[in-house]
Amino acid sequence: MVSLLQGKHMLRAELESFFDILEERRQSSDISHALRTFSAQPYHEATPPSVKALNRMVLESQFLRYVIAEVAAESGEPPECVKEEAAGILDKMAQNLQLSFIRLLGFSLSKIFKRLFRSIWVNEDGLARLQQAIQEHPVILMPNHRSYIDFLVLSYIMFTYDLSIPVIAAGIPLMGMSLIGEIFRRSGAFFIRRSIGSDKLYWAVLSEYVRTIVRTGFAPVEFYVEGLRSRTLKSLTPKLGKLTMVLEPFFKGEVYDVLLVPVSISYDRVLEETLLAHELLGVPKPKETTTGLLKARKVLEDDYGCMHVCFGKPVSARALAQGRVNRGQFNLVPRGLPLNASAELQEFVNGVAHLLVRLQEKNMVLSPWSLMTFTLLQSPQGVDWDQLTHKTLWLRTLALRFGAHLNWPAQLADSEVMSDSLALHHSIACREKGRVQLVEEVGPGPVTQEEAVFRKASAVLMCASYRNQALHVFTRPALVALAMTTAASPRKEDVFRRFCFLQELFANELIFIPGHAVQDFEEGCDGLQQCGALTITDQTLRVTEEEQDAIIFLTAILQPFIETYEVVCRILCEERFQTFSEKSFLSSVRDAVIKLLISGEQDPHCQLQMWLQVNVYLLVTQMLLCVGCFFISSWK
Amino acid sequence: MFLKIIHACKTSKRKVQLSFCCMRSILSLSLSLSLSLSYFFFPFRHDIMKWNGWGYSDSRFLFNKKGQAEFTGKRYRLSGLILPSLKDWFEGTFGANLQHKSPATPALNVSAVPPPNLNESFVEELKAAGVALSQEPEDRVFRSHGHCLHEIFALREGRISRVPDLVVWPSCHNDVVKIVELACKHNVCLIPYGGGTSVSSALECPPEETRSIVSLDTSQMNRILWIDEKNLTAHVEAGIIGQDLERQLNESGYCTGHEPDSMEFSSLGGWVATRASGMKKNIYGNIEDLVVHIKMVTPRGVIEKSCQGPRMSTGPDIHHFIMGSEGTLGVVTEVTMKIRPVPEYQKYGSIVFPNFQQGVACLREVAKQRCAPASIRLMDNEQFQFGHALKPQVSSIFTSFLDGLKKFYITKFKGFDPHHLCVATLLFEGDREKVLQHEKQVYDIAAKFGGLAAGEDNGQRGYMLTFVIAYLRDLGMDYYVIGESFETSVPWDRVLDLCRNVKERIVRECKERGVQFPPLSTCRVTQTYDAGACVYFYFAFNYRGLSDPIHVYENVEHAAREEILANGGSLSHHHGVGKLRKEWMKEAVSTVGLGMLKSVKEYVDPSNIFGNRNLL
Repeated sequence: MVSLLQGKHMLRAELESFFDILEERRQSSDISHALRTFSAQPYHEATPPSVKALNRMVLESQFLRYVIAEVAAESGEPPECVKEEAAGILDKMAQNLQLSFIRLLGFSLSKIFKRLFRSIWVNEDGLARLQQAIQEHPVILMPNHRSYIDFLVLSYIMFTYDLSIPVIAAGIPLMGMSLIGEIFRRSGAFFIRRSIGSDKLYWAVLSEYVRTIVRTGFAPVEFYVEGLRSRTLKSLTPKLGKLTMVLEPFFKGEVYDVLLVPVSISYDRVLEETLLAHELLGVPKPKETTTGLLKARKVLEDDYGCMHVCFGKPVSARALAQGRVNRGQFNLVPRGLPLNASAELQEFVNGVAHLLVRLQEKNMVLSPWSLMTFTLLQSPQGVDWDQLTHKTLWLRTLALRFGAHLNWPAQLADSEVMSDSLALHHSIACREKGRVQLVEEVGPGPVTQEEAVFRKASAVLMCASYRNQALHVFTRPALVALAMTTAASPRKEDVFRRFCFLQELFANELIFIPGHAVQDFEEGCDGLQQCGALTITDQTLRVTEEEQDAIIFLTAILQPFIETYEVVCRILCEERFQTFSEKSFLSSVRDAVIKLLISGEQDPHCQLQMWLQVNVYLLVTQMLLCVGCFFISSWK
Repeated sequence: MFLKIIHACKTSKRKVQLSFCCMRSILSLSLSLSLSLSYFFFPFRHDIMKWNGWGYSDSRFLFNKKGQAEFTGKRYRLSGLILPSLKDWFEGTFGANLQHKSPATPALNVSAVPPPNLNESFVEELKAAGVALSQEPEDRVFRSHGHCLHEIFALREGRISRVPDLVVWPSCHNDVVKIVELACKHNVCLIPYGGGTSVSSALECPPEETRSIVSLDTSQMNRILWIDEKNLTAHVEAGIIGQDLERQLNESGYCTGHEPDSMEFSSLGGWVATRASGMKKNIYGNIEDLVVHIKMVTPRGVIEKSCQGPRMSTGPDIHHFIMGSEGTLGVVTEVTMKIRPVPEYQKYGSIVFPNFQQGVACLREVAKQRCAPASIRLMDNEQFQFGHALKPQVSSIFTSFLDGLKKFYITKFKGFDPHHLCVATLLFEGDREKVLQHEKQVYDIAAKFGGLAAGEDNGQRGYMLTFVIAYLRDLGMDYYVIGESFETSVPWDRVLDLCRNVKERIVRECKERGVQFPPLSTCRVTQTYDAGACVYFYFAFNYRGLSDPIHVYENVEHAAREEILANGGSLSHHHGVGKLRKEWMKEAVSTVGLGMLKSVKEYVDPSNIFGNRNLL
């Protein structure tokens, strides 16, 4: 397969100039900002159809009529009833974009953001490119999803810069919030049920709705390719449903092109960090309610540092599909009929989804704190301030060599930057007598042993999450480093074989573009060579003496993953797991891990991450159990 | 009984024809011993036609000393007129400049023509058989090309590649039989030549061909052999040129109604060989509907049906192996085709639509109600403006006042955006009363789609555009502008998407390939069918600053064709495949389909005598 990335230039890290959009807001009136003339240039001068007209277009589409007839025939219900049902679904789903509500949101968000954040940095070139793109083709905004407020921030930026307000795919829980849900709806959100499963009619309404918006192109469509909010702040394996929907009008020639814009949102400090840790520990997510939101307003009192929003270069679906998708395959069936995606097409969409995640990762702006967490996590008993400084600065050089974007203020002294970061994250770590230590959650005592573990774990998990934010920078070199230490020989092909195996093993943890193992390997090797840790002569990889630290550090990054996999595999090998369900498996794994932790056998708390366990489960069901076990046992 | 009479009639005619044929052979034998003499015997069209451009030598566009465009000659309605707005349109659309000229080589450099590679024994036997022939460089070069851009561009630059080694002029069916027999005997490559208007590289001599290449020019087989008024058919030699056929039939009160845009120059045999389509197909049908009987000479012998029944169930229709065979199987020598009485009344018309979408919707509705006039075409906005630029100087203040008023009415009163509106041109034919009734029906439908009747004059000018457009290309080439047209057919629901995507693709490809100024990329819907439409694209750009403009052009056209196919369009509606679109044949008709065609070729012409290498 030809590489999806057209040469390396697509991934080349270019230094973009960011500017703070809150600065102007702090100097002029929010009211006049919200009430100013808003004149966005839409695609092909398309005027937005009224909500009614749009919904009618959807309901009367050939596609929906076809599916309604099919569903009616299958269920035996009269078609009118099914049609009504479809109309009901659509009513519940549809957005109702109104400029007045955008203005209201614009005003209140100005207030809120100024309170929460010191600054919101946006890349100027990205905005200019986006403006251009919106006028040329239908645009799809694809942000990463780390916080509830991601989409608010995006809409706010779009409003501030006179760009068409996007139509946003949101989860139905948000709609459940009285008042707020309606405000979101009128600000362009449309609501999608979490688990659609095999509900044919729902899929049909949703997909036709999305396609109609793309076809008319009156507003950019925004959705999270990762599907849901990443609880670990690590990129998730992308979902393909919505991406297929937005690409379909292009495949079928209904629009000339679709431009996919990766948007990377990076937070110094994520609003819901504690919530995330609790969720990871298995505490159920609180239901999204308006009262819940009001209760959470104490969040407003805290300082969340800066955030960076980087609009990536628009990726043309047409350019990606060139030579990979035969668009002629849709010539023989009316285009209004359901698309039976060929294997070729699914593979393509999958590749595009992974590429977009990769591009999101590339444009992330890392905070100093993310770098500090690597050291903090590798020394759970606490670390000397000097040592932390030393290691973090070393890591900074390494990260820059690997092409990361850093938000490291140049005008401040390094130690000042770091203590500032530490202060920002006072809920996770603190400095006492020159030592930095993770904070234990305080709560009403007395506590059981189990609860104590949980309390400790919470800080570790938060820390791990922030580390995950920067993980993507190191994954490829780290995998090469790990492959080198375990390969049969230092010959390049052996290391590469091991590299491929590791990539497959961690396919659910780390995001790799399918079929790009060679490029990933090259990238990893390049990175290691850049920092002087690796030399390649005669197709043989050698670690240099001076930079062994880097190799040790990089392999250590992957250590928690490996250990967790090992523990889970060990549990799986126990006899009672001859047959099991996902649910029972998960709870027994958790119990087992807690037992191990209490008995002090296992140290890194990160293993408690539910997320990882789900992925192991996936892995085990996907691959052969014995392969994993064999690997783990041969590893030790 | 009836059939018998026809048969008798036919054989007697044939006898007459044969004796006539022999007589001519004798005459030509005596006269053409010296080859150059044959020039004076036959009315060669190439005496009055350009050797390196389109059409008649006396008709061409030029910018006069005042910088105004005019059309020379006396043959067309536009001839001798000044076109005041063409210059501005030309300069504005292409960024061209009258100061920057790219003139053609004035005359053919005979020494650049490669010497003929003759098969002497073949030539001897041909001469003995009394077939007119020539190896003069002019004759050979004239028959070495069609009218693809790259072909004309090369001629203008004086570049000559492989040309036929010999030109032969059979004067009747039997001459062709003789020529094909001799070609088989001596293993000579034959390339049939009709009107020379191909736009698919079909007439290009394959450079890899090592045998002697003989161009078989059918132009002397140009008689109407008989007219059958009872069955309304005419039996015609295939070399006849469209306009001659129509004129001669008109004299007897009949017409075929087959009017492809090239009808001034294209031949009946060429229509059959490419599956041609005529402007008025809605009444008269395309070539496959018009043809009743075909006679073709192949290396295996003559292929024809035994009767002229209007429809047969005798296995796959053998006519369909012949139609569209593009000269790869043999030479079509005689065709029986349907004729109709000349219509009593003809009326042009035009409709303005606020935008292209509305126009297409209207055409679709017209097709749905099956009430399409003889011709209905929809031009997009760019083409509407193009047509406008060809308006001749108005003679009176009154007409210009009226034009102004019309414009005001449409753009200001009706609120049509001059940059979006588009025009449909119509042609009605038949009884006066029925035409008027029909006209009303069509205008009523148009009104539902926001269409406004815009007068006969606009309609007529629209059709005139098709005849002069090829002349305009020559004008463009004098000023660094090159262009071409291509066509496709597509289901109704994809018409709009295809038009938009292909136009956009052209613009983007040009930009990517370094074309300095945005190209002209425009289309029109030229035919309506029950299940779809035929779409025609014009594409032209200013090539100043490009080192290899033809290469750029070909890349863009290739991309445009890929786009057409990706959007559900066909490889060709009526231009044919030739060598230009061969690479997509497998995709277009499937591997098995191509295999079927190949096996026919293998049986009919095992030694590839008809070696123009088109299609397969």
